[in-house]
Amino acid sequence: MRWQCRRALLELDLVLSRFLARHFDRLDAAQLADFEDLLRCDDYELWPMINGSQACEVARWQEMIALLRQC
Amino acid sequence: MSNKVTKRTFDAVIVGAGGAGLRAALQLSEAGLKTAVLSKVFPTRSHTVAAQGGVAASLGNTTEDNWHWHMYDTVKGSDWLGDQDSIEFMVRKANEVVVELEHYGMPFDRTDNGKIYQRPFGGHSQNYGKSPVMRSCAAADRTGHAMLHALYQRNVRAHTQFFVEWMALDLLRDASGNVLGVTALELETGEVSIFHAKATIFATGGSGRIYYSSTNAFINTGDGVGMAARAGIPLEDMEFWQFHPTGVAGAGVLITEGVRGEGGILRNGGGERFMERYAPNLKDLASRDVVSRSMVTEINEGRGCGPDKDHVMLDITHLSPEVIMKRLPGIREISIRFAGVDPIKAPIPVVPTCHYQMGGIPTNYKGQVVVPKFGNADTPVPGFYAAGECACASVHGANRLGTNSLLDLLVFGKAAGESVVDDFRAGNLELKPLPEDVADRTLARLDRLETQRDGSSVNDVRLAMQRTMQKHAGVFRFKDLLKEGVEKILKVAGDARYTQIGDKSKVWNTARQEALELDNLIEVAKATMVSAEARKESRGAHVRDDAVDTPEHPNGRDDTNWLKHTLWFSADNHLEYKPVRLKPMSSDVEPIALAKRTY
Repeated sequence: MRWQCRRALLELDLVLSRFLARHFDRLDAAQLADFEDLLRCDDYELWPMINGSQACEVARWQEMIALLRQC
Repeated sequence: MSNKVTKRTFDAVIVGAGGAGLRAALQLSEAGLKTAVLSKVFPTRSHTVAAQGGVAASLGNTTEDNWHWHMYDTVKGSDWLGDQDSIEFMVRKANEVVVELEHYGMPFDRTDNGKIYQRPFGGHSQNYGKSPVMRSCAAADRTGHAMLHALYQRNVRAHTQFFVEWMALDLLRDASGNVLGVTALELETGEVSIFHAKATIFATGGSGRIYYSSTNAFINTGDGVGMAARAGIPLEDMEFWQFHPTGVAGAGVLITEGVRGEGGILRNGGGERFMERYAPNLKDLASRDVVSRSMVTEINEGRGCGPDKDHVMLDITHLSPEVIMKRLPGIREISIRFAGVDPIKAPIPVVPTCHYQMGGIPTNYKGQVVVPKFGNADTPVPGFYAAGECACASVHGANRLGTNSLLDLLVFGKAAGESVVDDFRAGNLELKPLPEDVADRTLARLDRLETQRDGSSVNDVRLAMQRTMQKHAGVFRFKDLLKEGVEKILKVAGDARYTQIGDKSKVWNTARQEALELDNLIEVAKATMVSAEARKESRGAHVRDDAVDTPEHPNGRDDTNWLKHTLWFSADNHLEYKPVRLKPMSSDVEPIALAKRTY
């Protein structure tokens, strides 16, 4: 999953590498599944959710998005 | 050793699935060639996605335009280092590749009458520099993203075979120099395979991660460029890199020029508005190159900010919070997230930031990789082709115009694909036998990483390389720093031969992948530093303190001695030069005569 954090946009590379360092090792199985699911998004879907310019409308992603927004 | 390695056989193997790789793959798959495309990441996560500006084509949908004007702009933009045959080829093919893309479903912006909408872009003009022209075809601010999706879907339809999350490791050649394919690592399993092919196309993108401050994504590690260099292919014009003046220090994320337009002020470590000294009239709104050079001079003369005095500050604290929130909300968000400062309260640390690689693997306008051989500077290497940012056709010369990069990857991706198909049909491509030891070099590299003791850390070496490149071969170059830089980068390259990784697992071992990427980056870094130190003039993006504007040498450019392409050879770190192709492709097209580059 760490390799899935290599993205097309530098902004996402930076946020995701911070996320890996701060949160990844503490995720439980359900959170890991949500995170993996989220990583399947396109960069231009993911980045607006993280920078807050677009709301995250998938309820089960919201916890991960909230953590990513702090990174 | 090579007997242990799985072999896979194809008509063609393409390394890289960004715009150039996907465009080339389409050409091959639609012609019925058995084609494998290797990519480190899922194709639509390639860095082409980050290109926002558009793709240049003289369609003339909004303002009058023609390819002669586009050719002039590109040659002038290149500071006359671009090859005029390649440039003519590119601009004349532009309309065709854009219309093709439209037919593939690319959602271009439209005019009221349904044509592709075109917008103006810096450096593109009507009438040979007389007035701005609307030449850039865009899909909102996501042109690269839309392009990549359109090309990927089309490839799926054409049954292109993708090997996703495979990293190519080495270019395979036989004793005669013929290219036979690549070795590659499946990241999921750690297994190495030989991809044996009649034709190999490199489309691996740029190498911007050699610099400490870079707008490039982490994947841009110059894999194709590094592999080519290790396999004995010289690298062309690697001293030429495009920089943006204001990236967030330590992160690289761009702060748009609009911030200075809104009243942003650059300050040095003493809080001084230093641009007043360098550009008394335009101050902080001077052109990109002037601002970048002034920033670097402040840093080099010890007036930078921070503990290492390695950046300057972009100050908008004098603007009202309402103005910042209303006009620059995205910049505030970037600054808080990546610089850790709210620009309402404190200035943003910024530094000139690497953006685009003009040099690369030398090719002709057909996408064939060319090397000096048999007395000809441009002899094709049998079975080897390259396109996109990793290649040097050379259309960008010493400086690239905005929107010409997406055009480059479409035109030369297609051209490389067409060349393979033509060579294939003419019977010029055959599956040449693999020497028994063909994979030994790859296996030895992997084995060394497995067994290295008391070695150097990958992160430390990479950081040393990035700091050295930023300081010694940045946007503004100094004779003494370049000399010192060559010694330093060779020392860093020495350390890179002994990198050690803690994690030895086979499956998804990102530490191993990063060590292998560093092997590629270091080749690019050496090529850049050595080529830059040797070029004793200023031209385009290569600007030296000891080559200044004089009547004899306008802008420091010295056509008598330096109107030539650099070729750097990895094996013994030596340089050769070859002439710039000043004659256009067609005999009835007039060359663009040398002139001073002014706007």
